[in-house]
Amino acid sequence: MWDYVVARRDEILFSSYQHASLVLQCVLLATVIALVVAVLVYRNRHLTSLAGSTTAIGLTIPSFALLGLLLTWLGFGVATSVVALTFYATLPILRNAVVGLSGVDRGTVEAARGIGMSRAATLLRVELPLAWPVVLTGIRVSTQMVMGIAAVAAYVLGPGLGGFIFSGLSRLGGANAVYSTLTGTIFVVVLALLVDLLLVLVGRLTTSRGIRA
Amino acid sequence: MPETTTTADEGAAGTTGASIHLQGVTKRYPGQPRPAVDGVDLEIRAGEILVLVGPSGCGKTTTLKMINRLIEPTSGRIVLDGEDVTTQDADKLRRRIGYVIQAGGLFPHMTVAANVGLVPKMLGWDKARTAARVDELLELVGLDPADYRGRYPRELSGGQQQRVGVARALAADPPVLLMDEPFGAVDPITRQRLQNELLSIQDELGKTIVMVTHDFDEAVKLGDRIAILDVGARIVQLGTPEEILTAPAEEFVSDFIGTGAALKTLTLSTLADVPLERGTTVTAGSPAAEAVAAARAAGDEFVVVLDAAGRPRRWVDVDRLAREDTVVATVDRDLPTLSRRATLHEALDTILTTAHNAVVVTGRRDTYLGYLSAETLLTSMTPARPASAAPAEGTGTPS
Repeated sequence: MWDYVVARRDEILFSSYQHASLVLQCVLLATVIALVVAVLVYRNRHLTSLAGSTTAIGLTIPSFALLGLLLTWLGFGVATSVVALTFYATLPILRNAVVGLSGVDRGTVEAARGIGMSRAATLLRVELPLAWPVVLTGIRVSTQMVMGIAAVAAYVLGPGLGGFIFSGLSRLGGANAVYSTLTGTIFVVVLALLVDLLLVLVGRLTTSRGIRA
Repeated sequence: MPETTTTADEGAAGTTGASIHLQGVTKRYPGQPRPAVDGVDLEIRAGEILVLVGPSGCGKTTTLKMINRLIEPTSGRIVLDGEDVTTQDADKLRRRIGYVIQAGGLFPHMTVAANVGLVPKMLGWDKARTAARVDELLELVGLDPADYRGRYPRELSGGQQQRVGVARALAADPPVLLMDEPFGAVDPITRQRLQNELLSIQDELGKTIVMVTHDFDEAVKLGDRIAILDVGARIVQLGTPEEILTAPAEEFVSDFIGTGAALKTLTLSTLADVPLERGTTVTAGSPAAEAVAAARAAGDEFVVVLDAAGRPRRWVDVDRLAREDTVVATVDRDLPTLSRRATLHEALDTILTTAHNAVVVTGRRDTYLGYLSAETLLTSMTPARPASAAPAEGTGTPS
């Protein structure tokens, strides 16, 4: 196994980089989408519960099935991977963003309005910063989840470590087949841990000391 | 209690407040048969503290929030300092009106300095000016800027948070301060302290303050005038605390004042308003026999011992004093002493808790003025009793 990894280290490192890059970009995009949607719905009780049930149902769609369906529409390639990953990444972030924003103390929001902050200023300077730790937890959940799904997305020829897993699985019994699958899996897990660590660090840096747990 | 000046009442540095005029202000919520606030007309004078009190659901908070249009009135006009602000940009209007809510409403993710400096920042003040203003305000509310400026709200006690809330509301020096049950979330002792601080800040600044509370005692203590509201924010009575306590306009008001209106009037008068008994005094160091003779001649059972500066040191039984040669100057730390600025309520409280029959009253520089006996205190209470309550208990002679 070690020899296998050493022999292919350039290929593995490049795939890992691609894998991480794909995941992070999709999560970033998902965060923006989720925040926009959350801001639009969190004041309305009906829309909030609609968003809640949508995210719950969305997460039950098997990733393999969604990728298959997207294939018929977008074809093989990175676009399909990006759409699927962003879709899954959006759901936990959206759920947490709605919870976080509705959890901001109404008295605090009223105080902001009462001292003359506009709606937008209240949202940007009071509500979002206060909801941020909860949003960030959603981002961490999303990232972990999407790390795994990105491996599956290699099926539609998106980039990343999934290639090792699938080529190994399709050649089971052949030379290095198990090593290939194991390498893909282990590096996905290691990447997930590293990125999670990074997000914890981001959380420390972006959360006010006044609300840090 | 050292008295530094005898003219503290005249210390107000002129009025900087603005008058507020509510004209037929009404708030109707869809789906509710009766308006929450039904055509309120109210003139709030510049520089006064007006307290809105009433049972919960009477519309007092809605009325308050319509002044800075956190709640938009359905109809009616709000005139601030002669200017109709009913249709003005609400955000800009609110920057001219300080707003204090229960527990301060501080932003937990911002430091004390950032909280207090928010409005100046929105008004475009530069950093140096904002920072100087923040320090000035923290000092005003009794928090050392060096120590508190960098703290976060959760690192403060409830009373300190409330102080910062007041500082934030005063940041841009608004002429008007709205306070929505500001002292509702702190313990009674802190509440009293904050109330006293608010009064001394008001002595200094002379803002127009409109405050909502459900605590009638708080209203009596803080209000220059009190408006008692019933459902629909109907103003049942508007007047000074004295007027309301001594002449409640309707049964609703008497009910709301509750039992013990006479007891509440005790907070309205100070020891300076009641006759004191001088008693027999003796300066420490003089022969005891003279004092004993004087006291027996006057029929006093005890003698008050003063030091050379005329400050009361102790009181002593005539019979005990007769056994002394020279009057000694020992200090009785338990001597019940109050400044003449103390309220009759405090005097009664002191008499009840110290188990003495009287309390010693001091004037400027702690000099002895006389004493107030429990009997005199009871007599002084009598005239303030509502007429309806008089027959049963009105045996004292008004003096």
